Amino acid sequence: MAKQIIKRILGLVLILFVLSFLVFGIMYLAPGDPAEKRLTSQGVVVTKEILQAERERLGLLRPFIVRYADWLKNVLVGDFGVSFKDDLPVGPKLIKGLENTSGLALCSLFLALLISFPMGILSAVKKGQPVDHVVRLFSFIGNSLPNFLISVLLMYLFCIQIKIFPVIADGSIKGLMLPALSLAIPMAGRFTRQIRSEIIEQLGEEYVMGMKSRKVKGRYILINNVLRNSLGHILTIIGLQIGTLMGGSVVIENIFRWPGIGKLVMDSITARDYPVIMGFVLIMGTIYVVINLIVDISYRFLDPRSF
Amino acid sequence: MNHKRKKINRIKVTISAVVALLLVLIALMASVIAPNDPYVTNASAIRSAPSAEFLFGTDNLGRCVFSRVLYGARTTIAATFILVAVSFLLGSFVGILSGYYGGVLDEITMRIADIMLAFPQMVVAIAVAGILGGGLSSAMIALGITMWTGFARLARSHTFAIKNCPYVQAARLAGKSGPAIMMSHILPNIIAPLITNALTQIGTTMIGISGLSFLGLGVVPPTAEWGSMINESRAYIQIAPWAVMYPAIATIVTIIVFNYLGDCVMEYRDED
Repeated sequence: MAKQIIKRILGLVLILFVLSFLVFGIMYLAPGDPAEKRLTSQGVVVTKEILQAERERLGLLRPFIVRYADWLKNVLVGDFGVSFKDDLPVGPKLIKGLENTSGLALCSLFLALLISFPMGILSAVKKGQPVDHVVRLFSFIGNSLPNFLISVLLMYLFCIQIKIFPVIADGSIKGLMLPALSLAIPMAGRFTRQIRSEIIEQLGEEYVMGMKSRKVKGRYILINNVLRNSLGHILTIIGLQIGTLMGGSVVIENIFRWPGIGKLVMDSITARDYPVIMGFVLIMGTIYVVINLIVDISYRFLDPRSF
Repeated sequence: MNHKRKKINRIKVTISAVVALLLVLIALMASVIAPNDPYVTNASAIRSAPSAEFLFGTDNLGRCVFSRVLYGARTTIAATFILVAVSFLLGSFVGILSGYYGGVLDEITMRIADIMLAFPQMVVAIAVAGILGGGLSSAMIALGITMWTGFARLARSHTFAIKNCPYVQAARLAGKSGPAIMMSHILPNIIAPLITNALTQIGTTMIGISGLSFLGLGVVPPTAEWGSMINESRAYIQIAPWAVMYPAIATIVTIIVFNYLGDCVMEYRDED
């Protein structure tokens, strides 16, 4: 098993290396000149000479490989370069945004699990009954709602009609509620469906029938055996949603002005601030593959058969 | 019992397919149905409430929301269908080839697919669409970069499973060429799961396209598209909620219909 884990980690390093190359390559080929953008945003009248000098200063005139190697070398020691927009180092900006984004993501993940766990179990146990149909209907609708729509509707309802929550998420707990809920609702829909089908599958296993025939209480089987056995699968399901959560948080942060990494990257896209965009993709990619690796490994640990 | 369930499932598939087709028809006939020009601004009817002339009211520039929702259907549905179709064709082509021939080709394509799958789709899409600059086509490219891999993997694994079946071997012994076998024996046998996958991707793709447009990375205004309409109108939702609500309802209904269709088809196939 240790051998497999090492193999996976090596594969992961290779994937990240390829990603860094792709990210840099796309940025290199991208239309739009950051030097020109920067000068015009400062209100400088752009002439050929000034433009050339600015490009030289930003190091945009060096050959591709040199620029890539230079960038990668710095990234590996945590230096993501300086922002084209305001000359501030990109690393701290990304970290600050990441802190806020993780807060939002964890909060919404927690909310989603809080909704979907009881719902999924309930509808699995009451399969085919009215409760099951209602839960399935809601989880289906939740799964079909784009999160930007949910956030606009929630905003309209809670900020304008009933004024309980602030429109702009200022970083307080109260401001966190609506963005977290917007992310949690579609996720809860997906989790509920998957938890339901996983538990139904477990309930059909022979060991459940065996225990039932030995008059073990249904509730006892559910908690001690079925839930324990489904945990690995449920963890994988959560792991698979991390990517959607990351993409969704970019949208939500921009609607609620939550100062996370997603808002930072959208601001940088408008300003063609390449170092920030590159750092964003690299960091998100790294987190995503690392989380998936952890999920894979813990899945093996949670599966009683792996011992 | 099982027979009855199957019958119910068939009815469900038929009904949802008819409704989905109806939506596509409405989208195609947008220019016939729309009562007003979706791009004509009207200074005397800014943000007016729904009326007989403007069924869904007007937006901030006095444009007819009903007509814009109809034209938006065309934008969203056409973009989604094209994207899913291209990913489906490209992914299946690559998947069947690498599943059938294996070897180096398989190694290379599957490694590329691995790398694509290793990153969250929407994050990649936002970055790519952002770099390519706005525009519907760049949003479609951004989403397509990761989408074809799903089809490729599916096609590959199914091809792999049947390529040594007796009937394929018989065709090979009879002297049929690789491409001919793939076309006449492999493709017909693996097309069903691929089409099911395509159907289930429609809802997700719509969410992706309207999400990118909402962020300003999709269609360029003034093009009518639901996501960007909602984004434009949400600033004055207090005064003119209809300018947000109708495109929102259109988005939700369309996604629900296509998701339901995908679910029903999947269930129907599982019964077999």
